[in-house]
Formats: sequence, C-alpha cells, structure tokens
Amino acid sequence: MRLHRPLATLAAVAALAQPAAAATEIQFWHAFTGPLGEILAKQVEGFNGSQTDYQVVAVYKGNYSETLNAGIAAFRAGQQPHILQVFEVGTATMMAAKGAVNPVYKVMESGGETFDPSVYLPTVTGYYTDPEGNMLSMPYNSSTPVLYYNKDAFEKAGLDPEQPPKTWTEFGEALDALKASGSECPFTTAWQSWVHLENLGAWHDVPFATKANGFEGLDAELVFNGPLQVKHIQQLGDWAKEGKFVYSGRRNEGGARFRSGECAMFTESSAGYAGVRKEATFDFGVSNLPYWDDVEGAPLNTIIGGASLWVLSGHPEEEYQGVAKFFAYLSQPEVQAEWHQQTGYLPITLAAYDLTKEQGFYKENPGTETALIQMTAEAPTENSKGIRLGSFDQIRTVIDEELEAVWAGDKTAQAALDSAVERGNVLLRRFERAND
Amino acid sequence: MEKRVVFRPSPLPYLLVLPQLAITAVFFLWPASQALYQSLLIQNPFGGGAEFVWLENFEYLFSDPLYLEAFWTTAVFSVSVTALSLSLALLLAVMADRVVKGATGYKTLIIWPYAVAPAVAGVLWLFLFNPSIGLVAWYLKLLGYNWNHVLNGDQAMLLVVIAAAWKQVSYNFLFFLAGLQAIPRSLVEAAAIDGAGPLRRFWTIVFPLLSPTTFFLIVVNIVYAFFETFGIIHTITGGGPGKSTEILVYKVYADGFVGQDLGSSAAQSVILMAIVIGLTVVQFRFIERKVHY
Repeated sequence: MRLHRPLATLAAVAALAQPAAAATEIQFWHAFTGPLGEILAKQVEGFNGSQTDYQVVAVYKGNYSETLNAGIAAFRAGQQPHILQVFEVGTATMMAAKGAVNPVYKVMESGGETFDPSVYLPTVTGYYTDPEGNMLSMPYNSSTPVLYYNKDAFEKAGLDPEQPPKTWTEFGEALDALKASGSECPFTTAWQSWVHLENLGAWHDVPFATKANGFEGLDAELVFNGPLQVKHIQQLGDWAKEGKFVYSGRRNEGGARFRSGECAMFTESSAGYAGVRKEATFDFGVSNLPYWDDVEGAPLNTIIGGASLWVLSGHPEEEYQGVAKFFAYLSQPEVQAEWHQQTGYLPITLAAYDLTKEQGFYKENPGTETALIQMTAEAPTENSKGIRLGSFDQIRTVIDEELEAVWAGDKTAQAALDSAVERGNVLLRRFERAND
Repeated sequence: MEKRVVFRPSPLPYLLVLPQLAITAVFFLWPASQALYQSLLIQNPFGGGAEFVWLENFEYLFSDPLYLEAFWTTAVFSVSVTALSLSLALLLAVMADRVVKGATGYKTLIIWPYAVAPAVAGVLWLFLFNPSIGLVAWYLKLLGYNWNHVLNGDQAMLLVVIAAAWKQVSYNFLFFLAGLQAIPRSLVEAAAIDGAGPLRRFWTIVFPLLSPTTFFLIVVNIVYAFFETFGIIHTITGGGPGKSTEILVYKVYADGFVGQDLGSSAAQSVILMAIVIGLTVVQFRFIERKVHY
C-alpha cells in the first residue's frame, strides 16, 4: 500500500510530460565548426524559436568532403538528412545525381513560399542554376578570396599599412620589404587551387576549362596550363624558394599562422574574417586580391567558393514544407545581413546588401565590402561565372599535389600544370562515363 | 591392430563455431562479395544508373601509372615498417629477457603502445613533428635541420613509418619474448662454456631458433602495414605531399570516398584482397616448411 501512491504519482507525472504535438524534425547536416559553427547554431535557434511546427536539427559532420560523403552514404542507406551543405566543387556531382536531389525551386514552389530568384545576387545564383535558369540549391555561404594583411608587420617593414599591394608586382616588392625586416613568413595562402588557379582565371578573364568552364557540357577539358597561369605559379614557386612564400597546407592550415601573427600576408576566403577578427591580436586589413596589371581585361570579378544547401529527396511532402519555411527564413534581409556581417560571407540577396549599407556597417568596418565589390564591379563573362566540373574535389587534389611539387622545387610550373591538366582530364572523362 | 576412436556426431561443435562464422559472414563475406560486384560496375555515387562494365575498372587501374606507383609506395612503406618494428622489438625482447628486477614494469610499459588506436597514434606523432609547433621539429630546427613533412615527401614517409612501427613494436615484442623464453637455457650455456661471446651466441644459436617466430611476425607485420595503418596515414599526411605516402589501402579510401569513384575503389579493394590471400598462402605453404626447428 505504501508503494502504490508514489508509483501512481510518478506515472501521472510521466503521462503529463508527453508533448501535445511534437514539432517535425528537419535534419540539416553541415561542415561548420569554430566561430562559424556557433553563428550557424544561433541562426538555427532563431528559426526554431520563430515558429513551433518545425525543428531544424543541425549536425556537424566533419569537413566539406566528409559531410558530402556522409550524405552520400546516408542516402544509399536510406537515412539521408533533409538538407545537406555541399561545397561548390560538389555541384556537378549533386547535379548529376538524378533522383537523389530535390531541386530548391521545386521545394520552394510546392512549399507555398514566394520565391523570386531575381532577389538573389546574380554572381552567386549563377553558380547553382541549371541551363534553364532554375535554382537547384540554396546558396548559403558564399565567399570569394581576398587579401588579409598584418598592418603591424607592414609598419615594421617600412610599408604603408593603408596602402596594401594592388598588383602582383607591388606584392613582390612588399614581400622583399617584409623579408628584409626579418619576417619568417611574409606570405602564405589557403585553398591554393581555388585562390591561385581558379580565381586567377576568373579575375583575369582567362578560362579554366573549355565549354564555358564546364557549364555547357560534361565533355569539357581543362585548360589552366596557359601562359598566365604558368607565369603566376612559377612566380609563387620562385618566392617559395626564396622563403617569401611559405606553404602551409592544402586547406586552411595557413589561417592559424596568420592569426597568430606568424605570417604577414594571407590570401584566403572573405569568410576567414570571423576567425581573424576574433583571434588576431594585431591590427589587420582586408584588401582586394592582387592582379597582374599587364593582362588586358583584368581585374574582372572573382568567383565564389563556399557551399550551398541541397535538399535530398525521399522524405514525406510535409517535411519539405518545413525546409521551404527554413529557406524563406534564411533569405530574409535581416537574417542575411546579420549572417554577412558576422561571418564575412556574402549576403545572398540584394536587399541584405542594401540593408547592410544603410546600417553603416561598411563604413564602420573598412575592408568588409571588399569581397562584394570584387564580385559585383564588372559583369561576369563565361570565364568568371564559376566552374562546374565533375570529380572536381579529386581534380583539386591533383592540382594540390602538382603545386606541392612546385613549392618543393621538384617541378617547374609548366611541367606541374601540364601534368595536372592531363591527370584532371582523365578524371573528367571518367565522370562523363559514369553520368551520361 | 588399429584402434579407431569414433566420436558420436553432435551438433555442439557447430553451435560453438556458429558465432564466429556469423561474424565472418557479416563482416567479411558480405562486404567482400559486394566489393566484387561493385568492381564490375561504373555507377553514380548516389546509387542510380549503374552500368555493367566487366573488367574495365581493372583495365583503368593497371593503365594508371599512379596506381602502379602506389604499389611501390606500399612496398617501401611495409618493408620499412616491418624492418624497423621487428629490429626494435627484438632488441627490446633480448634486453627484457635478461632483466630480473622490475621486469614486469618494463614489459607493461613496452606493451602500452599497442593499446593506442591508430588514429590517436597518428595525431600524437603529428603533434611531435608539426613543422610549426611540434617539439621534435623545434629541436631539429635548433640543430639546424628544417623539418617540414608537409612539403618533403621523404620526410613524410619517414614520419609515417616511425609512427606505424612504434605501434607495432609491442606486438612483436611479446612474441619475441615468448620465443626467447622457449629456447632451452642449456644450449646457450653450452655455447658459453665453449667460449662463444654474447654476440656469437645470439647470432648462431638464439636467432636461428627464433626463426619460426620471426617469419610469422614478418607476415603479420606486412599485413599490418598494408591494412591497419590507414588511421595513421589519414591523420598525419592524408596521402601527401603529392601522393608520396598514398599506400594502396589509402588510395581505396581516396578514390572511393573523396573521389566518389566507387567502381575503381571496389576494384582496388578486390586486388588488395587477392594480395592478402596470396600472402597467407605463402605463409602457410612455404614459410612453415623452410623454418628451422
């Protein structure tokens, strides 16, 4: 008798604790960690708090390659998430995955959300639209490479901290001064293929691959071993030999070295701004990516890197309505403006760009508008709309390997780029074979 | 008159072996047959549009100079790991065999690295040798030697060989120690009475008698270097710089999971399976016979 009352109370409490109607869960797999991960978590919290029907669950799955693999493996096992963050080099893979992807324009239309592609920045959406102009994925974090530099190191080297080098020739002079002032690492870079080959082509209106950089067909061939690219890579290789360019790694290992003050100049994604602002204990500046001023048509515009959100098929229809709601929330000017200001990623809508200008953000934070101006100053040509190649992640690995041989002094730039083109074309033909 | 012992047929042996058979079936037979099947297809990573292409994936592999280079890289890697690991383990075992005081302490400490997961071992050695912040790299810089395994392929290979060998020393040590303790003391004492010095005693008596153990360990170490060092390579170099540490098993991962070329990756794993079957056949057929007892 004594035991029955506590048990009965316990049972009653347990019954009352059942939620009346559970919110539909939406799985969002992403590759953001560190400060970016925290900002993403706040964004997701904002959406979850703004309504009660849907609950987005953001899960960190590793770096971009690991996240894409996790998504593919999950899809094959029938356990796929609703939203997958895929880096830009995976675009061709996702586009070729017939039946696995639910295109964003369809998700938005059937979700009943008003969806007007013209409110998005054209250079951003161009990367993710099909030949008919339909948006296949939702641009989420798009960035473009810029130059970060250590103003304190510039002063120590006798350089004007408000006059960063605009051309690669001036850049070389800055390197000489920095090296003479005792810098152990005047210059390092992140994502070498993206910054110094892909964007080199776009910035100077020179193609990376035939067929409009792959937009027009799977039978594209690589052409990044032209005279301009060879000249640029050879220059970097010479600087490496002289100790002026120090190679840090294939991804973003150089970031830690810049933020710690070890390296004075750093070419990186504009989205590195969040980390630099948080960790740098020195005065730093953000400037345009340098260009070769003896090339006609330069500077044009740089292309985006980063990732977009793809929706995977195989879930019930009402869950996709939640996805549409989430995307509509993300596209709101206030949400985009806050995202852009805190991370350094580009605002994906024109309204967010205008709102940020109105708020005076760019005036208070010089250097943050650099990426936007770089992306929107000129109308893109077919060499600077973007790159859409199959097996692109593998091709980047090939490029990384060949470039590493140049930095180590084992190969000339011409030999390395020729070899990279040859090896990359083999991969392209294999992708074409698997997807025609 | 021959006496035959006949056991009554009983299901008990089969039942006792069943769990192991089930595990082998689920974790080896099923994935292996899937790999065999997938090696004959070219398919889209998401699973759609699989095209049956017979042996085209294998042709593609053997015409790729980089794949053949991976064989050479794997050979260099596995021979180095085996040699380094076996010699260190033998040295430690001979020393541990003679110690009386604190023997258990030494043996326990030497066995510890075996419990470390390959990925953890990789990160550990990476921290020691990191060109910017690693302790050993810093001391090397003080001595005037610029360590940078991110750019230098030979240094990267040296680093992964050291990390992989370090992990395997414990296993080899245990076997060598057991082998040493199985050698009759009388033989060694007789040689000592005849005037043979310690080195002579080791090379003419102890080492030949250790040959069964040594040959067994050689095969085990080669299989270890082929297959169980994935974690170390992935955490330390990721196959780089420039493919200098991309061993065959790492290439299976890189082509299949980074490159999403499942057909080629499956073909590579089929070839690796053939290699390990070959090694095992060699072990059972030839080595067991040639060994000096």
